[in-house]
Amino acid sequence: MLLSRVAERVYWQARYLERVENTARLLNVFSGLLLDLPSGTKLGWHTLVQITGTEALFDSSHKQASERSVVRFLLSEKNGYSILDLLALTRENARTTREIMPTEAFEQINNLYFFARENVNQGVSRGSRYEFLETVIASCQQISGLMAGTMSRDAAYSFVRLGRSLERADMTTRIVDVGSGNLLPSLSGKATESEAIEPYENILWMNILRSQSAYQMYRQHVRYRINAEDVVKFLLQSEEFPRATAHNLTTLTKVLDRLPNNNKVARQVNKTKRMVRQGNIEEMLSQGLLQFIDELQIEIAAIHHMIAATWFLPNK
Amino acid sequence: MRVNWKTYNPGEFFDELISSPGYARKPARRLASYLRSLTHEELLEKKTAAELAIKTMGISFTVYSDAGNIDREWPFDIIPRVIAQKEWDQTNRGLKQRLRALNCFIHDIYNDQKVFKDKLIPRELILNSGNFRKQCVGVKPKFDVWAHICGTDLIKDTDGKFYVLEDNLRVPSGVSYMLENRRVTKRVFPELFENYYDIQPVTEYPAQLLETLSAISPRKLDSPEVVVLTPGIFNSAYFEHSYLAQRMGAELVEGGDLVVEKDKVFMRTIDGLSQVDVIYRRIDDLFLDPEAFNKDSVLGVSGLFKSWLKGNVALANAPGAGVADDKIIYTYVPEIIKYYLDEDPILPNVPSFLCVDRKQRQHVLQNLDKLVIKPANESGGYGMLIGPQASKKELAEFARRIKADPRNYMAQPLIALSTVPVLGERVVEPRHVDLRPFVLQADKSYVTAGGLTRVAMVKGSYVVNSSQGGGSKDTWIIGDN
Repeated sequence: MLLSRVAERVYWQARYLERVENTARLLNVFSGLLLDLPSGTKLGWHTLVQITGTEALFDSSHKQASERSVVRFLLSEKNGYSILDLLALTRENARTTREIMPTEAFEQINNLYFFARENVNQGVSRGSRYEFLETVIASCQQISGLMAGTMSRDAAYSFVRLGRSLERADMTTRIVDVGSGNLLPSLSGKATESEAIEPYENILWMNILRSQSAYQMYRQHVRYRINAEDVVKFLLQSEEFPRATAHNLTTLTKVLDRLPNNNKVARQVNKTKRMVRQGNIEEMLSQGLLQFIDELQIEIAAIHHMIAATWFLPNK
Repeated sequence: MRVNWKTYNPGEFFDELISSPGYARKPARRLASYLRSLTHEELLEKKTAAELAIKTMGISFTVYSDAGNIDREWPFDIIPRVIAQKEWDQTNRGLKQRLRALNCFIHDIYNDQKVFKDKLIPRELILNSGNFRKQCVGVKPKFDVWAHICGTDLIKDTDGKFYVLEDNLRVPSGVSYMLENRRVTKRVFPELFENYYDIQPVTEYPAQLLETLSAISPRKLDSPEVVVLTPGIFNSAYFEHSYLAQRMGAELVEGGDLVVEKDKVFMRTIDGLSQVDVIYRRIDDLFLDPEAFNKDSVLGVSGLFKSWLKGNVALANAPGAGVADDKIIYTYVPEIIKYYLDEDPILPNVPSFLCVDRKQRQHVLQNLDKLVIKPANESGGYGMLIGPQASKKELAEFARRIKADPRNYMAQPLIALSTVPVLGERVVEPRHVDLRPFVLQADKSYVTAGGLTRVAMVKGSYVVNSSQGGGSKDTWIIGDN
């Protein structure tokens, strides 16, 4: 028997933990990527703020999106989106659901929180950032692995999976967004000067894949050289790759089967899945992927609202 | 440097580890020589390891302060306290006897009131107790048991014997720390468990608690729905609420998770409403139900009290059980044991003076600077006066308070609490301790093996409360070999 309140906290704990991992991945990849690109590109640190959906908040408190200001914003500032804040939220949700979570999972979340709090300055300075972020990413994966390996496949674990999959589905659309925003001249539709820009396009998409640990898997599935269309297809539509949006929507469907009163949520997930599957990426890339991604994110948000209405607020 | 038991000096106090300089008491001999086998640096390393374990395990408690609530790591001293099995067996019997008698007393108060008719205790004394609930009159809980969980505070005087300092029958806390102290000690001193001692395990408490709670379920089910009701994350004992729920496999609920329909209690789950049979409530009586008690309570559940009256849900402890936790009633417990059980009390009380009695009050007022004055209904060490350590102004203030409301005060001589060794930065030194064992009663009784030892970390201090700078220790009940 799972309390609604507990279900909600377990779900958010999983979402926040996933968000920590994704934020760390993005910071890591961006730190490398920007060193490789020519200074004329529009791709800069501010893009990272856009991806995380924190533009308004960032712009209201920062004059300039420099490496230092963005990294601090996403690592340690008190704003509800930084890795430290997300970890505090993860820990708080884990702390209030200790009675149903494996003890070791709480202990590791607790340890990760303390580690991050004590070493966050390592993440700010360029020289040690990689190491710090890799530790955070590895710890997140360790915690997910621990839960997968020790939790019974009951309702509580279903909510862990719902939270994780939904967060991943959402984050992947945001990452694809990076490439779609006319950031490189070569992506602006007129591919006339493409000869000179092409290597950078490659670098951009390669790094986008890397941020999702998708580079190797992509390579195994797609034989051609890296190009926008194939990467976007892979990240949005692959059923096999575990961070792809389509894969995570399918996971949601499977998890929903195990939960009571799932009709409305399942319908919304199916609607979203159809949209992802039927999207004509080639056509959209030439006309602008932006609108499609926006619409997709609205559908994903609707899944969340449906989950909350169904299980978190019954009889209230 | 190593610990030197010859220079370890407890002064005039009863020390539980050594009997005279350099000589350990029999049960503690192996511990004393083991501690001597380590250098002070090695001991400090173990202390650091213990602190790290506590941080990792998230063993914390909340301190309320003006600056907001702070979640603190649990203060712990690594040197265990040792009690011989034989001494404990006797104490165990005494504790069970005491709770049995107290439950007879509470049931009598709310039903036949024989105790008044036989003039053992004056009626007014009970009826003006802040913990008497007139709404509970006539209720007959299962097995006639009202207090299912009791935390009794024991201390040792200079004679080395246990005395009962107080009975906590409302929402006693600390048992999770007893369990966690053991877990930490096993990590820090595995060799002691393996090679030195036969130590009674403490881990069965959550299973015993679940059994006690299941026994009082109104519905006859194989596994009734047992929940732990907490005020929430901001309560100082939240760690314990969550811990016990986890160990019992029970749901941890807040008031908002529960709803009463047709005088039955339900919890809101992802499957809809689900009936609750037993509530281990960690909320005070007055906040349980805004309809029955405090109207402004947001922690409680409307209609809960009525469902309990109708016998549709069990509450542990039952509302009104606190009537026997009053410090004035405490002074009557030896008579209560004789009256209801026709037995001699196995565990003695600390001698006490009742301010409501004219003669005794006179004595108290004349000897304020030698006595400890306690209000009837406070807990956590708040609102009391330690005469020998008080200023003239404080003494005068308490004299005024006693005269104004004699019913609300009792006094006890300052007991010279026993000492045990505590690991300091540079040396091992004696510090004062008490002990809180936990006693369960439904159809049968159970006492923890040992309990929570609380220790005053400041030299000479008697204040052991964690909210006021106290620490704790693992407590070992050890066999003869």
